[in-house]
Amino acid sequence: MAGKTLTRMDLSEAVFREVGLSRNESAQLVERVLELMSDNLVEGGQVKISSFGTFSVRNKTARVGRNPKTGEEVPILPRRVLTFRPSHLMKDRVAAGNRR
Amino acid sequence: MIRSELITKLAEENPHLYQRDVERIVNAIFEEIIEAMAKGNRVELRGFGAFSVKKRDARVGRNPRTGESVAVEEKHVPFFKAGKLLRDRLNGHDG
Repeated sequence: MAGKTLTRMDLSEAVFREVGLSRNESAQLVERVLELMSDNLVEGGQVKISSFGTFSVRNKTARVGRNPKTGEEVPILPRRVLTFRPSHLMKDRVAAGNRR
Repeated sequence: MIRSELITKLAEENPHLYQRDVERIVNAIFEEIIEAMAKGNRVELRGFGAFSVKKRDARVGRNPRTGESVAVEEKHVPFFKAGKLLRDRLNGHDG
């Protein structure tokens, strides 16, 4: 496996290649897409991107956890967690691309 | 929010861009992420989260209907972990 790490810069570069915008504007658009998705999730919404996947927020109830090192009981407060469910297309492409 | 709503919102905010270009921009972003993972790469978007590929080892599975053993090959699956900033925002810390 290659094991490279891509960042916002690579996404901006992809946008830059796709449309004739400046690198700066491409970067701003990438940032805005991430912001719009984040804001929607923070408001409790679901973000469903067809042929990519679905981001959703789940509510976790309070429970008693344990510090694995000390064995001490610690309360875990109710919280909201983000889950991502990849689309079939993404799963298939990732599986096919990484097959030896 | 679905893909088309994201595109509409972005197009409204950028009246100097054609809607079809905004569509291409949004598609290019998601396509780049999938392509990266298909190559075994990771995509790290600070504050938002990271997309990575996890390897699932080969195993002996079972057909739940017949109870018959079947060999399940090793495979790679997409994985997403939310970033700290987004996790914190979901829980009301910071704006």
